[in-house]
Amino acid sequence: MTGKTVSEKILGRASGNTEAKTGNVVEASPDLVMSHENTFLVEKSFSEFGLEQPWDPDKVVVVLDHRTPANTAQTAAVHARIRELVKKYRIKRFFDAGEGICHQLLVEERLVRPGQLVLGADSHTTTAGAIGAFATGVGATEMAGVWATGSLWLKVPETIQVDLSGHLSKGTYAKDVALSLVRELGPSGADYRCVEYVGQLVLDMPIPSRMVLSNMAMESGAKAAIFPADAVTFGWFQGSGGQLMSPVVADKDAIYERKMRVDVSRIPPMVSGPHRVEASESVEKLSGIKVHQAFIGTCTNGRLEDLIAASEVLRGRKVSPGCRLIVAPASRRVFDDAIDRGVAQAILSAGGTILPPGCGPCLGAHGGVLGPGEVCISSSNRNFKGRMGSDEAEIYLASPATVAASAVEGKIADPRRYLR
Amino acid sequence: MKARGRVWIFGDDVNTDLIIPGRYLDNYDPAHLASHAMEGVRKEFASEVSKGDIVVARDNFGCGSSREQAVTALKHAGVSAVVARSFARIFYRNAINLGLPVVISQNAADLLKDTESATIDTDSLVLSSEDRQRVAKLEEIPPHVKRILDEGGLVPHIKNMLEKRVSH
Repeated sequence: MTGKTVSEKILGRASGNTEAKTGNVVEASPDLVMSHENTFLVEKSFSEFGLEQPWDPDKVVVVLDHRTPANTAQTAAVHARIRELVKKYRIKRFFDAGEGICHQLLVEERLVRPGQLVLGADSHTTTAGAIGAFATGVGATEMAGVWATGSLWLKVPETIQVDLSGHLSKGTYAKDVALSLVRELGPSGADYRCVEYVGQLVLDMPIPSRMVLSNMAMESGAKAAIFPADAVTFGWFQGSGGQLMSPVVADKDAIYERKMRVDVSRIPPMVSGPHRVEASESVEKLSGIKVHQAFIGTCTNGRLEDLIAASEVLRGRKVSPGCRLIVAPASRRVFDDAIDRGVAQAILSAGGTILPPGCGPCLGAHGGVLGPGEVCISSSNRNFKGRMGSDEAEIYLASPATVAASAVEGKIADPRRYLR
Repeated sequence: MKARGRVWIFGDDVNTDLIIPGRYLDNYDPAHLASHAMEGVRKEFASEVSKGDIVVARDNFGCGSSREQAVTALKHAGVSAVVARSFARIFYRNAINLGLPVVISQNAADLLKDTESATIDTDSLVLSSEDRQRVAKLEEIPPHVKRILDEGGLVPHIKNMLEKRVSH
């Protein structure tokens, strides 16, 4: 018998078919499901089933984060409807506007545990793979089906093993690794597949950085992007109470579709764009492009370590006239910590604007929408045409430090000259 | 499923922000969504598309967000099927779940001409130009997926399942 990948083990357990192998279609029961404002659509479909409540309300998480505080009267009505229905269905794990981004809260609140099957009605649900869970995105109607039946069909995916060796060089972060992986894999190189991360870099990589890689794997289409549970994962749960699920790691003789080895010490600060995530280059090649807006935040890079990295560049400096710096912490806790550590003050003193915790302008809903001809450098995960507003705007993606350096210069800039 | 309409040909990696930008998602009304379908990649699509039309694309159609409004926008605009060389996985599932046929074809985007009339038959697995001079082969829809599609999507599929449970 051959060994198993993490996906085979988790989906085997969740489907009660421990023999499940890559390529099999299984009916699997999730341990946790999450939806955001699209809970409105989930419930619209769910209400057609005539059921009193979801199969297990304790496994349901609802977060308002995409358009918070409400950007329009229409959104406010959607929020109000969701507040009613979480009461009606006895969904206790409800995070109202201002608490933070769904993917951040699942991890930060220790709701996701290693070895779990997690479904989210959002593509970046892969983020929770940082905790060693098989976490994947579905649509709203699919989520309604899961609310009704407690299960869904899933194909056990092929797995790509990504071995990250070496250490990050000065001015580079998990984001730069993530951008260079998307460049290498392309926009569909991991479609329908799971990514498993291993290697020297991973050994002491903190959970927030792992989240960046699990999050951005979606931009190559990954179905799940997993850091098998290890000492770092257990450290994350220390003192948090509750039962850890048995950690799931791959067998030594597991079969991978492909093994990739990347020496991260060769990766420079990267900038991607416009319009395609895989179109990334070393910051040096794109330096000098004028930017009107610099945005730090999102499920990719809105955590404390990201705001700290930005503040190291910003401290004692000013945002360039003609450029606006917008920061949206990924959660209330991140915002709190950023205040405690003087990080928020450094951002404000440099001339930045801090938005309430949430998705911010990432999806073009509010709080920093781009006009025609404007250029934004952002710590988010997508630079698709029209995503942040006008079809005639351009979005570049980079690490928070590179975004901060670009805000200071008013043009795409190398963060290394601002770091000791 | 059989349908007749014009084909609209697109390239690789048509993402969900191009199919329906996030700025329109405050409003869940299908007619509103349809009126902006494909706006990011082809401005005239929403006003010119008509019932039965077929979207044909190359690789990785529907990549990006999980927003199922991308499917709603196309479906409500009258699109009868999306044929592509490959689909991003969440878009694929969303389409099945909302009862919009999504079919893989290796050569449809190369064989057919943009805006020409064509017929699609997802049972005999062909997409052919009206004069039948050019016929693209469609790949079979996996049986566990076809079952959901044949019932009209996931909501009717689950309704049927729940009714069976009650009657047993």
